[in-house]
Amino acid sequence: MSTLRPVVFSAALLLAATASVSLAETPHLGKPIDEASIANWDISILPDGTGLPKGSGTAAQGAPIFAEKCSACHGDNGKGGIANALVEEDKKIVGISASQKTIKNFWPYATTIFDFIRRAMPYNAPRSLSDDEVYALTAYILAGNKLIDSGDTMNAETLPKVKMPNRDNFIIRFPDRI
Amino acid sequence: MDKSADGIAPKRDAYSHDLPVVAGNGLIDRRALLGRGVALAGAMGAGISSSIAAGAEPLTEDPWSLEIGEATPPYQTPSKFEAKVIRTRSNPNNEPRNSHARTPHHLLQGTTTPNGLHFSINHGGIPVIDPDRHRLVIHGLVKQPLEFSLETLSRYPQVSRVTFLECGGNSAPMFAPEPMQETVQALHGLVSCAEWTGVMLSTLLEETGIDPKAKWIVAEGADSPRLSRSVPVKKALDDAMIALYQNGERLMPGNGYPMRLLLPGYEGNMNVKFLRRIKLVEQPAMSMYESRTYSQILPDGKAYRFYFLQEVKSFITNPSHGMALKGPGLYEISGVAYSGTGRIEKVMISADGGKSWAQAALQEPVLSKAFTRFRMPWRWDGGPATLQSRAWDEAGNVQPTRAEFVAVRGELTKQPPILSFPNQHYNSITSWGVGTSGEVKHVYA
Repeated sequence: MSTLRPVVFSAALLLAATASVSLAETPHLGKPIDEASIANWDISILPDGTGLPKGSGTAAQGAPIFAEKCSACHGDNGKGGIANALVEEDKKIVGISASQKTIKNFWPYATTIFDFIRRAMPYNAPRSLSDDEVYALTAYILAGNKLIDSGDTMNAETLPKVKMPNRDNFIIRFPDRI
Repeated sequence: MDKSADGIAPKRDAYSHDLPVVAGNGLIDRRALLGRGVALAGAMGAGISSSIAAGAEPLTEDPWSLEIGEATPPYQTPSKFEAKVIRTRSNPNNEPRNSHARTPHHLLQGTTTPNGLHFSINHGGIPVIDPDRHRLVIHGLVKQPLEFSLETLSRYPQVSRVTFLECGGNSAPMFAPEPMQETVQALHGLVSCAEWTGVMLSTLLEETGIDPKAKWIVAEGADSPRLSRSVPVKKALDDAMIALYQNGERLMPGNGYPMRLLLPGYEGNMNVKFLRRIKLVEQPAMSMYESRTYSQILPDGKAYRFYFLQEVKSFITNPSHGMALKGPGLYEISGVAYSGTGRIEKVMISADGGKSWAQAALQEPVLSKAFTRFRMPWRWDGGPATLQSRAWDEAGNVQPTRAEFVAVRGELTKQPPILSFPNQHYNSITSWGVGTSGEVKHVYA
């Protein structure tokens, strides 16, 4: 049953798309816009690396940026402060507490680190970092967690290939809703 | 029927025992109260007659009846005597972290959460958005990317939908190994229910067209963290809305002004507020909130992903923790039930910690994915009682007991801070213990 569903679903979508042409009962007040005009807002990144921008950075480049713009909340070297620790020792997950959802032990994709820094950090000045700086900070956090070598460069090619230890430990709760 | 700040008085004389008891510890047939039937009328009559006129003070004119009242305000707010009916806040000084405001369920009735009391969680403060400049863009795997203003969306066919919204982390203190001595507001205050009005997302997607490769939408807000969540196209085409109005007026700033994504029955965080962009994509973005925050660790070390659903749940709001019953007599047990998978089918009440159950009355209308108010007459005899509610939905789902829930999802090894979110998606039974003094406390049963 579940293997048939995507086929049926795609057909339904095609019908929906076709119907819009023939029915034309909606107001059609949306203003056409091209992707180039959306580029400034379009910061979506997928775990396979789709959407990652040009640029690159290393942990060495990230260290001084982190000290200047991140450590006030996340602590020296990302060990934690008023905001979550970003760099931690390897720990086996024991019990159900969310405090264990650290980058190293829990986060399934390294692309999420880049995505979150670029869209939301620093907390008081989001979108103030260049893409190179975001790559450098991502490399700094990954290297601090020993998930990459200290000399590794992070860019659109290398970042999606970082193997996160907990990646295969997730269960989709309600597969039929996807 | 007097009610004071420190206690709840019984509804009538405690010693009229002519109402039909249907379960242990004094639960009375629901039809006695809701039908306003002969049995109750007779019983209340008996109660009144037994306490007639003894030493009653003569009525006098109060000052407010002897002078001109205040001017009628352009936008009215509650009486100054209701100043305690407010949300509790986790971060009143807007420190650099998220902030929560919880709904005071124990001070409310019915099923509609007033806009000023709707729960709100913000991850970078509440943006002050100029509605004339705000834009919603839909792009990605579509035939034609489109941009909508608030004004243009207001010209689309509007749809109204009553639905609850619940934070995936609501009731997180219930994962504690010992019952946390907190009010229903602190325990369950991150769920509310409102009538939302706006445009069906399917209408807008019909205009952009959908590339059949698209399986997910990524929704993004205009707040400072650009909060972003991935939602299956399946849900987007089912009952998703772009909500513009909340209980008839424009959205509250803390609830997403000027527009938000509304996904009836799905965890609050996915109902992206301040919505400015929807991108259709082939795979989920695995944003921080879906890959970390709303993935729940299970006892075996694995974790649930894409939980989405707020499952069938209920809790008693009255009486509840922190209240005190003023002596034996007839009370009304009341609360809310809701399910992300449809209408509430029935709610059962126990006054003896689950040994026996009786069916509560449900206030009409019972709407899909909305608060349903349940009520149950109860005669408290002054002895220890444990009050519980348990809900069933039309899809056949039943609210688990705490033992059943914890057996699958686990519990914490130590008491968490009350404002923390140690795990998510808790929907099992809440128990209120009534002591012989009338004091009501949170218990596990």
